[in-house]
Amino acid sequence: MQRVAEMMLERAKALLADGTVNRVVGWEMGEFFYDLTPAVFTADGLDKFVYNGFSGANLSKYMIKECAKDGKALVFLKPCDTYSFNQLINEHRVDREKVYIIGVECRGMIDIRKIRDMGIKGVTAIREEGEELIIDTIYGEKKCARKDALLEKCLCCKGQEFVVYDELLTTGEAFTVGGNNRFAKVAELEAMTPGERFAFWRNELSKCIRCNACRNVCPACSCLQCVFDNPKSGIASKANADDFEENMFHIIRAFHVAGRCTDCGECSRVCPQGIPLHLLNRKFIKDVNEFYGEFQAGADNTTKYPLTNFTKEDVEPSIVTNRGGEN
Amino acid sequence: MQVNEKKGEFKPTIVAFCCNWCSYAGADLAGTSRLSYPANVKIIRVPCSCRVNPMFILRAFQRGADGVILCGCHPGDCHYSTGNYYARRRMTMLFSMLDYLGIDRKRTRVEWVSAAEGTKFAAVMNDFAQTITELGENVKLGDLRCKE
Repeated sequence: MQRVAEMMLERAKALLADGTVNRVVGWEMGEFFYDLTPAVFTADGLDKFVYNGFSGANLSKYMIKECAKDGKALVFLKPCDTYSFNQLINEHRVDREKVYIIGVECRGMIDIRKIRDMGIKGVTAIREEGEELIIDTIYGEKKCARKDALLEKCLCCKGQEFVVYDELLTTGEAFTVGGNNRFAKVAELEAMTPGERFAFWRNELSKCIRCNACRNVCPACSCLQCVFDNPKSGIASKANADDFEENMFHIIRAFHVAGRCTDCGECSRVCPQGIPLHLLNRKFIKDVNEFYGEFQAGADNTTKYPLTNFTKEDVEPSIVTNRGGEN
Repeated sequence: MQVNEKKGEFKPTIVAFCCNWCSYAGADLAGTSRLSYPANVKIIRVPCSCRVNPMFILRAFQRGADGVILCGCHPGDCHYSTGNYYARRRMTMLFSMLDYLGIDRKRTRVEWVSAAEGTKFAAVMNDFAQTITELGENVKLGDLRCKE
């Protein structure tokens, strides 16, 4: 990881020096070492640039605003981020000509929450040694397996393919990430009774504080005017009495990106309340695959998205009602 | 408006979104043909079945509907050529999601009813009302603001 970071910095400096780009979009240190935030750098600010196991943020969405500025911007995209960027190209939200994309190798990003959930407190630094994480805490050194601390999206990694890039930076070393079935939890929920599912979602979604982080970070949520910003929509803010408003917000949010969601997992990553929002998106993806054929948003530039398309032989909505089983 | 009378038998609130060109005319025909269908089916006329935003259906449930049915022209007969094809995909996805969130899948339905099918309209509504009555009251989705 360290080597890739050095290569990235080197390339960024070179591209800034020869005038190909006039700014760099990357990650900088936030309040804490594990709290990396997307940032725009110019040549003299590059010393703040970091790329490490906490660079989970998908930079694609930031390119919408960057494309409105003058000159070309350099952006570093991990393999899964390139799907989001490609999707934004498909939706004409970014100008491919104004972005120089360097695809960077990713070995899965670390989720600080998972480390905390292991009961490791007072973390001051984290080093990576092969497949292990060495965690310095105020109570001494702790260790854990890297794969146990990965972000949910990395456990179900899409693979190391870059769907859009100008150049690639990889070390060529062999490694594996992911391998989990991304629909396992969805299937588990589907097997519950409606009552259990209702209780599950009521419990999860009632935690929502309506900070709108999931919407703001989502690369598929790129409308200039969002329905949730309309005070007349009735769901523009936290419900003051009961929580179905939050359920509605999340159903609508997921519905608006249905068929366009690349399953980048940013919504769950940024949720301050730890709501598994990707489970809503994955349900839609699973349904699309089931009803209208396998589809991966952002994988190419030609296929129409399932919900803006139809065939005369589509399944009837009654398929939902008639799906087997009691629940 | 209090539709569910507390005393006596349970009368479900059913919201039916009917497209202006086929199903609404179908409902009209059911009426002029003197066919009876349950009075607790509240028809909302929409220009096309694809006008129905997922939010409409959620709102209906939130404001106390026990079942929501969407009626449109038969696929291929849409007044706007393709509206109901899109509606069909959307509703399939939405209903599947509602089921996933724990709202019984029998509470949502899509039926294609043409302007000539007054009998079908009445039959569909009777059947749907029957299903919902058997299911009983919906899980509480509304919040305090939705009470009178």
